[in-house]
Amino acid sequence: MSVGRAIYTAYLNGYAPRWADALEDGVAEAFPNPVRRIEVELDLEAAFAAERQQYHSTLLLAGLLRHLPDPGSKIVGLTSVDLFIPVLTFVFGQAQLDGSGAVISTHRLHTDYYGLPPDEGILLERSIKEAVHELGHAFGLVHCADYRCVMHAATYVEDVDLKDAALCPVCRAAVD
Amino acid sequence: MKKRKILIVDDELSVRKSLEEWFLEDGFAVETAEDGNAALAKMHAGPYDIIIVDLKMPGMDGITLQKRVREIDQNAAIVILTAYASVETAVEALKLGAFDYVTKPVDPDDLSNLVRNALRQKELEEENVRLKEKVTELAPATPILGASPEMQHVLEMVRTVAETDSTVVIHGESGTGKELIARAVHAQSKRRFFPIVAVNSGSIPESLLESELFGHEKGAFTGAHYRRKGKIELAHGGTLFLDEIGDISPKMQVDLLRVLETKRFTRLGGSQEITSDFRLVCATNKNLEELVAAGTFREDLYYRINVFSVLVPPLRERREDVQPLVKHFVEKYARAMGKPVKDVSPEAQALLLDYRWPGNVRELENAIERAMVVGRQPQIVPDDLPFHLEQPAGELTARSMAGMEKEHIERVLREMDGNISRSAKVLGIDRATLYNKLKKYGIRR
Repeated sequence: MSVGRAIYTAYLNGYAPRWADALEDGVAEAFPNPVRRIEVELDLEAAFAAERQQYHSTLLLAGLLRHLPDPGSKIVGLTSVDLFIPVLTFVFGQAQLDGSGAVISTHRLHTDYYGLPPDEGILLERSIKEAVHELGHAFGLVHCADYRCVMHAATYVEDVDLKDAALCPVCRAAVD
Repeated sequence: MKKRKILIVDDELSVRKSLEEWFLEDGFAVETAEDGNAALAKMHAGPYDIIIVDLKMPGMDGITLQKRVREIDQNAAIVILTAYASVETAVEALKLGAFDYVTKPVDPDDLSNLVRNALRQKELEEENVRLKEKVTELAPATPILGASPEMQHVLEMVRTVAETDSTVVIHGESGTGKELIARAVHAQSKRRFFPIVAVNSGSIPESLLESELFGHEKGAFTGAHYRRKGKIELAHGGTLFLDEIGDISPKMQVDLLRVLETKRFTRLGGSQEITSDFRLVCATNKNLEELVAAGTFREDLYYRINVFSVLVPPLRERREDVQPLVKHFVEKYARAMGKPVKDVSPEAQALLLDYRWPGNVRELENAIERAMVVGRQPQIVPDDLPFHLEQPAGELTARSMAGMEKEHIERVLREMDGNISRSAKVLGIDRATLYNKLKKYGIRR
């Protein structure tokens, strides 16, 4: 892997969560690469599907990759809009397997999305896990059978809560 | 671990791409096809664990494709995907053996569960096949019963030759248990932890025997959709048992001789040379020397295989084995049928000992099985035995054809509880003829 190459956290279209520093710390704990923050403007309207009231994550990811600061680095875009891919009802995020980038949405990571009181701590924890998970795919990792590993597949937010924010030793060794 | 393979068939590029990425992240090997024909072309490249098929596609629709896929691969789990769900198409897809039917867009959790369940079912089916094979392998070998000096000599020969790696030819009449002897050779050899693969050369047409023995590559002939290993390849490390070796064609004799000399061969339609380390044990009920003299069996093959030969004597030449065999078969079928039959009456025993047993042990086993089916007493009695046993071998009593016929009709009637229709059927005559004969012989039902 490209140790030393930066991982960029890209906040899309003015999205500015208060916990951005903590998220970057979480990503830095999972990977040995330096983590840097950038802001990116994308044409969100072009990815919007009016009939679904959601944003096509593949199109957003393609737009994001055009903002990759340097070849060999990784980029993870963060947005609060609801994401989908055509065959699925929604996705928490999407990545290029063994590629350069990923995009995640916090839309369905909020506790209030499920009718619970807002909890910024839980939102941060979930966002770190999703960012690390999708970046893991960008580093070539596939889903892990260990339910505690951050690379374990999560299709419900409860699955996200169940796993750790860290890579298991096997996945970590594969990245190192 | 081997990656599981998924084929995604959908005319929409965005669906193919997104599902491909989804399953790649899940660790699958993924292939995509834009329509039914492309999917079928990919099917020939190798089996898939799961095939996800869009219902509505231009050209071949999903249901038709499902039928075509089933002609090629019975085992793949097919999932039908559609944007327009209808009960009729769902029912049709499931009736045709689809694993499930889902509508687009799919909830990610549903898709994950669906794939997990499909794989689980497939793994269970595969495990079931493996376990069945294992059970067959581990099942205790049928004992070779033979206290007679003749059979003791055979078993001694088996012990002697088993330790070597020599080819063995087992001679003997039909029903003498040649395959059991072959299995005993394998079981006592150093190859016993590897498979013994049996091929009955006499019961398989020549065209099939070739692919059965050597295997074939995909496309080697019509219907060869997949590469298939032959019995010679499967016997690697173990023993290849060729029954009825005297019946194989001249061409197969040449091919077999080449393999025996080089231990190398190619699958049908293939060019890659394959090596198989196997020990050959063959059996025949024919006199191979006579076949060689008649020119129907190659002399070089005869000398190549006839390294060590074992002759299994017919049952009539070892009458002291009849009693223990009868006891063994009575116990076997009493257990299998849940019947409280313990033994054989002295009269029935005498009949069994007197008979010549042209069909050897197999005929004896069939006679006991039949007696256990029809018998109603805790012992097998003469009435339970096939009628011909009552006529001891070599003793020709002066009885008329009419007398024989009367006796036979009476016996069948007894066995059928006096039922005319069933008796007529067994006798191979119609009911009217049977009535006439009853009248003629004065038989009362």
